[in-house]
Amino acid sequence: MAATERHVRRLHRSRDDGARTAPQPVPATQAAAAPVSSPIAPAAPVIEFDDVSKHYGTGNVGLDGASFTIHPGEFVFLVGSTGSGKSTIMRLLIKEYEPTAGRIAVAGRDLSQIKRKQVPHYRRNIGMVFQDFKLLPNRTVTDNVAYALQVTGSGRREIREKVPDILRLTGLSTKLHNYPDQLSGGEQQRVAVARAFVNHPPLLLADEPTGNLDPETSIGIMQLLYRINRTGTTVVVATHDHNMVDRMRRRVIEVSKGRVIRDEKVGSYRVQDESTREFGALLRGQDA
Amino acid sequence: MRFGFFAKEALRALRRNAVPSFAAMATVLVTVLMLGVFIPVVQATTGAANEVRSRVLVDVYLKATATDADAERVKVLLEKTPSAGKVEYISKEAAYQAEKKRLPQYYKLLGKNPLPDTFRVTPERPDDIGKIKGHLTPVSPSGGRTTIDAAIGEVREHEENSSKILSATRVVKLTTGLLAALLVVASVLLVANTIRLSLYARRREIEVMKLVGATDWFIRWPFVLEGVLVGAIGGLFAVALLAIVKFALLDPLRSDFTLLAATQTMNFGVLMAILLGAAIAVSGLGSGLSLRRFLRV
Ligand SMILES: Nc1ncnc2c1ncn2[C@@H]1O[C@H](COP(=O)(O)OP(=O)(O)OP(=O)(O)O)[C@@H](O)[C@H]1O
Ligand SMILES: [Mg+2]
Repeated sequence: MAATERHVRRLHRSRDDGARTAPQPVPATQAAAAPVSSPIAPAAPVIEFDDVSKHYGTGNVGLDGASFTIHPGEFVFLVGSTGSGKSTIMRLLIKEYEPTAGRIAVAGRDLSQIKRKQVPHYRRNIGMVFQDFKLLPNRTVTDNVAYALQVTGSGRREIREKVPDILRLTGLSTKLHNYPDQLSGGEQQRVAVARAFVNHPPLLLADEPTGNLDPETSIGIMQLLYRINRTGTTVVVATHDHNMVDRMRRRVIEVSKGRVIRDEKVGSYRVQDESTREFGALLRGQDA
Repeated sequence: MRFGFFAKEALRALRRNAVPSFAAMATVLVTVLMLGVFIPVVQATTGAANEVRSRVLVDVYLKATATDADAERVKVLLEKTPSAGKVEYISKEAAYQAEKKRLPQYYKLLGKNPLPDTFRVTPERPDDIGKIKGHLTPVSPSGGRTTIDAAIGEVREHEENSSKILSATRVVKLTTGLLAALLVVASVLLVANTIRLSLYARRREIEVMKLVGATDWFIRWPFVLEGVLVGAIGGLFAVALLAIVKFALLDPLRSDFTLLAATQTMNFGVLMAILLGAAIAVSGLGSGLSLRRFLRV
């Protein structure tokens, strides 16, 4: 819980970046007291989609009036068939695209208010696992993961500490010096996860992190995401894999043709913690 | 601070993209080599043309009856003539001595000095020679041409075919100037295009960098440094080749060929420094500027 609050505060802090670049006279005492006098309620949503539409220039409809809210510490599945708009949601969240209509807020901050110059700083607070991995082809596994730290201005020592850790966690310790084209699909996906999480972002978005993987490797990656979620990170996973989603009993948001057609917040949705092993058993369909 | 990191990134990119990097360096090398040969050629040609043009003069002969006072008056008048530059007085004695030296046998026959006092007028610009002549010999009311001062006997162009010289040298200067400008533009475009191609091949990489939170300048600096390195390496090779050609081949020949010796061209070192600087600047700036298109993610 404490971890969750810390994360939420970091997302909120990134909002203050804007205030800093456009200086507003804030009394020092008030600024210092802010985190204490107004503690961020755990209920403050991390993601708000309010009637968001995205129409691509080609006439394709990516999203058509979608609304949903995700709270800190949640583990949410985004499901739907091919072309339903899952990736569109993810890409809107990292401001790769702008919505045609509607409002998106992350940690209370309206994304349309983020200026172009602030976008990189905003993105550093979101870990994103891309459907097509998007690894840098000219860098080794280690350097790919390190790049996410380098962009934030991390020093060499911090990189030497954090990168091997996250690579051990993702089971890549033996592939540190391989280039992406020397890795299997599942290994590349793990590198993508490692890069997305090496900064310990308060929000992790994973677009089909298990697409094209065998069931056992998929379970490994889902377990990894679950472990990350347990450190307090809000995790959103887009997937086609209905079976796995049904077995996991987490919150599911289903989109179809750009609309939210199912959002199971309650019901069989589990809140209590399980160990990672129990979670894995759940995924394999063995009831823990 | 960050410089070490950016430099390492640039070197990594050069190593990992060996073929396009080599192509870019070769492009810089060839263009610098071309310019390094062509610029001195243009300069020598222009210099030769200017030398010929500087021989375009107006001779103003005084009448044999002209007094010193007349000469003084005409001198002032010539100096005030529009477009006239230097006015040089050549007394009949001085002219006689000079001509006697040039053609001794004729002048021995003549015995006495037939030459008048002369003013030699250099036009400010060779092309103005007609204007000066026209001014000194205005059209008289009766139709023919008179001279502007009674003491002036005749106004003549020093060279018989001034107008031919002028138009020929003008064409030479214009063509070489045009060629030089075209070559410079082509070189810049060639280098810029090579850079753009290599950036285009890496646009996905640039996109990914942006998506994981890199700022524009964080991405741009390594590319600029890479461009600077490509420009410096390609340029240095070209300069080295030019230096070898100059010192090993041209300089020993210089004593045998008057054409090589007579040319007034820019100092070799200065030219090489300018070319190397231009190669680095075009390549570095080109990389940084071309990148802009790919940073809009
Ligand atoms: N860049 C784009 N330009 C034009 N149309 C696009 C673009 N990206 C997505 N679309 C369209 O938007 C719709 C939603 O695409 P999206 O990628 O969000 O689907 P998805 O749910 O992620 O599908 P999948 O499960 O196959 O990844 C599709 O009809 C697609 O053709
Ligand atoms: Mg998708």
